[in-house]
Amino acid sequence: MFRFLVRRVLLGILTLWLVSTSVFVLAYWVPADPARAIAGQRATLAQVNAVRKALGLDDPLTVQYGRYMGHLLKFDLGTSYVNGQVGVWTLIRGTLPTTMWLVFGAGILWLSFGIVTGVLSATKARSLFDRGATVFVLIGISIPPAVLALTLTYVMFFQLRTHGVALFDVGPPGSFFADPKLFLSRMILPWIGLAYLITATYTRLTRSSMLEVLGEDYIRTARAKGLPERRVVYRHGLRAALTPVITQFGVDIGYLIGGTLVTESVFGLNGFGFLIVHSLFIGDTPTIIGCTIFVALFIVVANLIVDLLYSVLDPRVRVT
Amino acid sequence: MSLTELEAEVSPPGEEPTQAIQGRTPWQLAWARLRQDKVAIASAVVIVLIVLMAIFAPVLTHWFGTDPQLTNTNTGLDADGLPVGPSADHLLGTDQLGRDIFSRAVFGARISLEVGLLSTFFATVVGVTIGLLAGYFSGWADAAISRVLEIVLSFPYLIVALVAAATIGPSETMEIVVISSFSFAAMARIVRGQVISIKAREFVEAARSLGASRLRIMAIDILPNLLAPVIVLATLLIPQAIVTESTLTFLGAGVDIRIPSWGGMLNESTQYYRVAWWYLFVPSAFLLITTLAFNLLGDGVRDALDPRSERVLAKAGKAEKQPRSSGRWRLPGAPERQAMGK
Repeated sequence: MFRFLVRRVLLGILTLWLVSTSVFVLAYWVPADPARAIAGQRATLAQVNAVRKALGLDDPLTVQYGRYMGHLLKFDLGTSYVNGQVGVWTLIRGTLPTTMWLVFGAGILWLSFGIVTGVLSATKARSLFDRGATVFVLIGISIPPAVLALTLTYVMFFQLRTHGVALFDVGPPGSFFADPKLFLSRMILPWIGLAYLITATYTRLTRSSMLEVLGEDYIRTARAKGLPERRVVYRHGLRAALTPVITQFGVDIGYLIGGTLVTESVFGLNGFGFLIVHSLFIGDTPTIIGCTIFVALFIVVANLIVDLLYSVLDPRVRVT
Repeated sequence: MSLTELEAEVSPPGEEPTQAIQGRTPWQLAWARLRQDKVAIASAVVIVLIVLMAIFAPVLTHWFGTDPQLTNTNTGLDADGLPVGPSADHLLGTDQLGRDIFSRAVFGARISLEVGLLSTFFATVVGVTIGLLAGYFSGWADAAISRVLEIVLSFPYLIVALVAAATIGPSETMEIVVISSFSFAAMARIVRGQVISIKAREFVEAARSLGASRLRIMAIDILPNLLAPVIVLATLLIPQAIVTESTLTFLGAGVDIRIPSWGGMLNESTQYYRVAWWYLFVPSAFLLITTLAFNLLGDGVRDALDPRSERVLAKAGKAEKQPRSSGRWRLPGAPERQAMGK
């Protein structure tokens, strides 16, 4: 167990190093001159050179790389080129609440919906419901995120609004505690959209896991001693069937914290994904690098936690 | 012995031709099963139609539309300079520059299919090679490759793709390179697992005892047996690649927005869909139909090639005792790593 942990942590560090290096290589290969971008279009050459010197962009690439890695080791993600020289970490921190709300809110939706549909189609395999769920799930797997988000915006926001039902809104949601009504009206569509894209995995996972568990001997025993079917399915079956579902949930949350680019862009949420897309658009290299490393960190930690959790929840999985 | 030689088991001695039972290879059996699957056949027909549409795009747009880059200032914009809806002049309406949306959607199929098919092809070639080597040579090579695959699978690849697009510049080639260099890992892991179980089988041992070289065992004995899972996974990788392509282009990091592509049309439509619903729904419909068809075909191919898969058992009402993981070609126990960029 200890060896496993050490190996996973080392692998995680290696991943982070590779991610940061590859992003560094990519980002400092920029054709656009960052010094020119900061100094502005009307700056003289001398001013641009001064900015370049101040940021250390005139140093050789190896020196810049060393400095960059040194900062990273101190968890210093640097300062943004634009946005008035704000620290990248400050920018990221400002966007995290929205993304967390989005991912966890959607997570509750897709988890509950996925488990319910999964259990129902497992217990009523081949029924009309099962087939309907299969089709529904398949569309969720196939639909590109942009298509879903845009369609939702068009139908539920724009069409409803033009027909006088201003139920949903699009834009930065602000804080739930400051204005819950506005917050909900702006978050419900993104929640639904994000959850639908992911529900499919959970329906399938719950269904197959449930079918497997319901074939076990102890379920037969539970039925044989006369327990009502409902109790057999939910108390004895579901509990055991949920292990892979829970681990999958951990992985998805980890991946989505940095992965809701499309949903946030379309619904105008000022979250982390939007920050990434926006920084790319305006060429804010330090912010992009910081965001990428932050995302990688999230994924690495989520994977680590999930692997550990899996071995705790399921004694049959041995970690070496 | 390869899969195709299995027919020897069922073919009769050959003395009595009237009594001869027609031997069927596993591939013939799979094909027979696939033909029974109406959904899979319908999906295959749809895919063929889309491919034909992409190939004959110039002809189609010549007959039913205008050049995809042509700005139809007379027929394509109304008096206020806004896009016009579906009409006799423009079957599926026009966009903000008066370009024919039908023509752009037809040409857009080329980008999606090229990226989807080519990146899957490269991912498959690389993934199978690496998986085969890792699975066959256990030991340090396997350990090293497995670590590399793990790292690749936990790479925030969409963001790396965005950074690459922002610095190197967006292009179709870049998309293909990025998508294939991150999706090969899934293929490699599954192939590796298959190779490990295949190489323990008797026929590999027999080949080795007959003095077959390692290369020959890998190419002649193991590779043909990998074909089924590889085909299934490849069919399912295509729609994923198409979705990733459209997402990248939608975010402005894919192909140039002037080149007609479904993702690019979606991107531009965000400004205009309030006055031109067709601008949003045409590329959406094309994208959804394409990815849905590939996914349905992939499921059908899996059922046909893997009669023991969970879906087939469930259909036959035999979903009693299940193996640990859902399909046989799923990684046992491991949570599925989702594609990013939702």
